Amino acid sequence: MSASLTGGRTSAVESSRTWPLIDRIMLAFCWIAGITACVIAFAIVAFMAYKGLEFLRPNLFVERPNATFDQSKSGGFLDPLIGTILLTTMGTLVAIPASVAVAIWLTEYGRPFGLARAVESAVEIIAGTPSIVLAIFGLIIFQQEVFGFLSFRAEGGSVFGRSFFTAALMMSLIALPLIVGATREGLQAIPSHVREASYALGKSKWATIQRVLLPSVRPAIGTGTVLGMGRIAGDTAIVVVLLGASLQIQGYGDIPGLDILRGNGGTLTSYTYVNSPAGEGAAPDKAYAAAFVLLMISIGLNLFVSRLARSGKSASAAATR
Amino acid sequence: MVLALCAGMVIFVLAKAWPSFASNGIGWFGAGEPDTQLGDIFKSPSAPSEYVYEIGVWPLLWGTILTTGVAVFLGLFFSLFTAIFIVEFAPPRLERLLEPVVRLLAAVPSVVYGLIGILVLVPFVANNLISDERKESVGYVTQLTGASWSVAALVLTVMIVPIMITIIVDALRSVPKGWIEGAAALGVNRWRIMWTISVRTVRPAIIAAVILAAARALGEAIMISMISGSLSFVPQPVDGLTFFFEPVRTLASSIVDNAEGLSVIPFGQTIYAFAFLLLVSSAVLSWAGWAAKIPMRKYGIRP
Repeated sequence: MSASLTGGRTSAVESSRTWPLIDRIMLAFCWIAGITACVIAFAIVAFMAYKGLEFLRPNLFVERPNATFDQSKSGGFLDPLIGTILLTTMGTLVAIPASVAVAIWLTEYGRPFGLARAVESAVEIIAGTPSIVLAIFGLIIFQQEVFGFLSFRAEGGSVFGRSFFTAALMMSLIALPLIVGATREGLQAIPSHVREASYALGKSKWATIQRVLLPSVRPAIGTGTVLGMGRIAGDTAIVVVLLGASLQIQGYGDIPGLDILRGNGGTLTSYTYVNSPAGEGAAPDKAYAAAFVLLMISIGLNLFVSRLARSGKSASAAATR
Repeated sequence: MVLALCAGMVIFVLAKAWPSFASNGIGWFGAGEPDTQLGDIFKSPSAPSEYVYEIGVWPLLWGTILTTGVAVFLGLFFSLFTAIFIVEFAPPRLERLLEPVVRLLAAVPSVVYGLIGILVLVPFVANNLISDERKESVGYVTQLTGASWSVAALVLTVMIVPIMITIIVDALRSVPKGWIEGAAALGVNRWRIMWTISVRTVRPAIIAAVILAAARALGEAIMISMISGSLSFVPQPVDGLTFFFEPVRTLASSIVDNAEGLSVIPFGQTIYAFAFLLLVSSAVLSWAGWAAKIPMRKYGIRP
């Protein structure tokens, strides 16, 4: 923007030496704030890298965790790692179709108008709802008798409501607003003459959406999805309330594969939480190592988003929402 | 479908939470000792007619208001200056660095912030900032372990700043170029242009940023439950410096801390009541954040 002020930038940018003192103090504040932001970010990454690499051992990735006070026997975080991957995949798989459908309906149909408005603000509200409240809501819903098949029954015969299924369904709600936002932005960026050209060739509206619009918003959907994955992988509250936050994955039932999904487990976030001084097992070094892996996952997803956004040049605005 | 989900959320949580509200009346919001009262509720007899519901959540509310308010207040100044810096004053190379930095700060999972807080900041505060005399002076009411609302508020500030920066930067970038160039042609310096024209134009967006950040801060559970000491203590501003080192507990973090006992019916209902309060306040806040941006449309700006 400064370039546009000084024209072709033949001279250096206006010097602040002639400004009144108060303006120069405020300018100094700006510099301090900007640099502080950089310093905080680098301090976090550097500190976590230092501590994480200090305690990270290859065997942590392949050993199952045990609840014991003897730290040499408490194992690694194989189960939480699997839990994170499982939960993220399931959550995104549920979220993508639902949110793409919502986005397409909102931008391409959007009638009746009042309903579209209401859905729009409902998505906003879901985006603003704290994940802990989503977790509580999920617990209330999935403890109903009807949803008994998704989890297992406690001793008293009541539905327990905590399983990978229920946690993933609630996690998909976290990703939903992000994917809806990114997809809508992508759809709105498509010029209307593209749609009209498709209609002129005799395609129906549905065929236009399917053959013309969806392929071109694929990068936007990808961006939203990766952002949502980062959010899911980093969430703790839902794991603690809806997954049980146990150390090992505890299957339930007889059908292999399905038993795990109906059972309890934990993720890297809950592993970090449980192993920190706030949880039961005070094992800060394990917590550091798990948190480092977690941080790497979220940074990696973020880098992926910026590369996607650079190639798809859209939806970077939704990055921090 | 989304709509039904939203309505279902409010209705279900309210239905589950109603007994707690109903039996306490307006006193639900009043003073009390949630820690011991929650314990009593947890141990209440199993016959439905003898359930114990008595609770006053003012300490939890005060903790929530205190941490959220301070974090948003600090974050507003910090993010306003950073946003101005990114848009106007940063050298291009620094600007290219700052954008990923902001995105990174937003992407760090809250449990990592909590871990850094509890393993680094809290011991630092306990060892270096709180003297032994100060610990003894309040020893008969609470222990000062370093886990305190001010540390939680500081970390919370770092967590909500990226949201505010993104919203303000987007808004500042959408200020019409002609207005800025007009001011520059009149000989106004760059700082005054930013402060008197751009920042004033985007005031609605700044309000929206504050509201959305507050909604985010309200719901932060894990990090605060790790750092703030998680005791339902009411810090008194009259305590002087000690005030800053006193522990609190927020609504959201008390849900996380008590997630184990949800199957005890009256206990669960009390926790659901916390969740309902959070749900309503965050829904109101996110609606208000959306509504706050409306005035900007009359300038023809769509941030």
